[in-house]
Amino acid sequence: MEQGYLNLETLWFALIAVLWIGYFFLEGFDFGVGILMPFVGKDDIDRRILVNTIGPVWDGNEVWLIVAGGATFAAFPEWYATLFSGFYLALFLILAALIFRGVAFEFRGKDKHPEWARWWDRAIFWGSALPAFLWGVAWANILRGVPIDANKEFVGTFWSLLNPYALLGGATSLLLFTLHGGVFLTLKTDTELQLRARRVAKVLALPATVAVLGFLSWTFVNARDNDGIVPGFVPILGLIAIAAVEWLLREKLDGWAFVATGLSIVMITATIFLNLYPRVMPSSISAANDLTIWNAASTHYTLKVMTIVALIFTPIVLLYQGWTYWVFRKRIRRADVERGPGMQKRDTEGLVRPGDGEAPSPA
Amino acid sequence: MDALELSRLQFAITTIFHFFFVPLSIGLAFTTAIMQTAWYRTKDPTYLRMTKFWGKLFLINFALGVVTGIVQEFQFGMNWSAYSRFVGDIFGVPLAIEGLLAFFLESTFLGLWIFGWNRLPPRIHLATIWLVAVGTGLSAFFILAANAWMQHPVGYTLNPETGRAELTDIMAMLMNPTAWSHFGHTILAALVTGGMFVIGVSAYHLARGHETVIFRRSMTVALIVSLFASLGVAFSGHFQAQLVAQQQPMKTASAEALWDTERGAGFSLFAIGDVENGRNHVNIQLPNMLSVLTTNTWSGEVQGINDIQAEYEQRYGPGSYIPVVGVIYWTFRLMVGAGLLMILVSVVGLFLLRRGRLETARWFLRLAPFAIALPYLANSTGWIMTEMGRQPWVVFGVMLTRDAASPTVGTGFVLTTLIGFTLIYGLLSVVDVYLLSKFARSDPPTVTEPSAEPALVY
Repeated sequence: MEQGYLNLETLWFALIAVLWIGYFFLEGFDFGVGILMPFVGKDDIDRRILVNTIGPVWDGNEVWLIVAGGATFAAFPEWYATLFSGFYLALFLILAALIFRGVAFEFRGKDKHPEWARWWDRAIFWGSALPAFLWGVAWANILRGVPIDANKEFVGTFWSLLNPYALLGGATSLLLFTLHGGVFLTLKTDTELQLRARRVAKVLALPATVAVLGFLSWTFVNARDNDGIVPGFVPILGLIAIAAVEWLLREKLDGWAFVATGLSIVMITATIFLNLYPRVMPSSISAANDLTIWNAASTHYTLKVMTIVALIFTPIVLLYQGWTYWVFRKRIRRADVERGPGMQKRDTEGLVRPGDGEAPSPA
Repeated sequence: MDALELSRLQFAITTIFHFFFVPLSIGLAFTTAIMQTAWYRTKDPTYLRMTKFWGKLFLINFALGVVTGIVQEFQFGMNWSAYSRFVGDIFGVPLAIEGLLAFFLESTFLGLWIFGWNRLPPRIHLATIWLVAVGTGLSAFFILAANAWMQHPVGYTLNPETGRAELTDIMAMLMNPTAWSHFGHTILAALVTGGMFVIGVSAYHLARGHETVIFRRSMTVALIVSLFASLGVAFSGHFQAQLVAQQQPMKTASAEALWDTERGAGFSLFAIGDVENGRNHVNIQLPNMLSVLTTNTWSGEVQGINDIQAEYEQRYGPGSYIPVVGVIYWTFRLMVGAGLLMILVSVVGLFLLRRGRLETARWFLRLAPFAIALPYLANSTGWIMTEMGRQPWVVFGVMLTRDAASPTVGTGFVLTTLIGFTLIYGLLSVVDVYLLSKFARSDPPTVTEPSAEPALVY
């Protein structure tokens, strides 16, 4: 067994941590927007604006998850195999949710039947809320340890995953992502919609802070008997950040509030990974059965190949994804929507395709 | 059925369903990019309207390809954890690279394309659809390289200490001739899928005299693409078949229902097999053609199922190494038959176009929409043949399918997700067919300037 931090296994552990952090930061706010849709979207134009705030980016955000999965498969096949076969039904629910949510964005405006958009909106809500909750449950369970036998196989049940600590983890991620999405909306919308988003976010800030405090405290108590890295200031920063959100919103410092919710997500996810290291899936049966970066990893040759590919392409991906956010940095203004060519001239000049299911303009 | 059989059924359902959408996405990505390029070059608004019309159908189809693709990546770990442990060192690599190189590219630039009509300069906006198209091609290559390794494993070693297959040569894996023959055949088939779709939809409109300018042009582009691509599919298929004959002779023999090794073997046109006794009741053949096709010689030797079985028992130990011959035989014929019909559609269409009779040939315009079914038939049967023809192996010669499933996932769990995915996919296919046929029959948008885009896209 190797020691120290300067090795490929540690590098890949860190890269997978970065992928999950990126995933939760990015998809966190688009989950949040999906969850808040029924609460802040009062009419169909509102709801369309909400979908359009994340329209150009949600798919790219979700790719962080796919790449995290692929990287785990390639770098730590034993981790991938144990985790995915072990958390079987939970992953099925997440997949089902992501399937419906993904097509809902594309399909909800494609038919005029009054029930059509309503059904897809339900898909967006549940398809966002369910994974936002289940990812917290899953990661809390990973950190807490699940029954893994000497053959690296998960031997627990689906119900054993629903323990109090994991449910608190789920509540934390659900609240945190919803808040993150609410704050994101204060930056991407205007007038009434923005006010409603800020109001909802202010209401959510306290419960989210309490959940984070509870989850981190319980994690601290659990962590006394494992030998992961002591995360030090990292969770404290995560807690301070989330605690500051309410005040920042009250002062209308929406941009800083978004930094705060994002920072909190980053720090809490980092805490989980720091606490795990060098384990990737501790066993609740015996520490001898723990999956670690040493016994779950691929060969050095594979890790080297992957490292070269990652070093070349990750900066490129970050550049063009960052550029996308720059291109779509502007708010969607309700007045523009109502004045816009699609709304105004729809019937007279037929600028919108016949058969297109967009709602008629109230103007 | 036990968990293994249910897992196999689930893999078949989720993969075939996923591959219903992928080829059309690839084909329409390139078609749309070509049309937008024509608009960029000529500034002729008709090309912009074509781009918008086909682009919308592309997006409806693409959404389903994306969401079913996530299942593809997760199910190796969920249902096939023993396989994932055994080959993750190798098989995970192209999957991870696919995500990093292709999925980010496709999803990010697709977002820019959909929402960027009046935010990006025209040249940059044109580049985004091409990058999406390139992304779909890259994605195809890496996933096919992964599959090719299961068909013909190269660049690896079996580590007796860990009991795992380990990668030793990434270049061997990426340059695997099986991967490249897969890739050529699949990408060309995707272009034909897009082509047949455009031909069928355009014919529907031309038969009704709708928007004849747009649909004549669309049809012309599609006929040319389809002719070259469908001929390309046939040629690449021929080389692929020769490679399979060397690498997986059992698959070739099963596809031909050739039970005993023969010199100057005939190409079977219709056979009724007697699997138990390892022979055919009826077999109508083109004499010597199989030898010609597989060995390029009149009387070359082609191995038969019974002889390969005996050889494999010696090499790998007792057991049956024979796939379900009837399925392999008939899926192969359905694929080839559909492929030949697609060449015929392209040739006839181009002939009518050259003669200026395309829009008056009612019979062609009435039949062409049905041709949309052909690529779906060929794509699905082609993969069923490829995957079932490899059985009983999951990795040819290295790991048996029966050793690959997740040992701790019970029958009830697999059945639950099998029913779940089947219901979800069934529902989504109804919705998708409804939307595609609705928008395919609708009039093309009258937008003639990107600046006239509505403020909201979705």
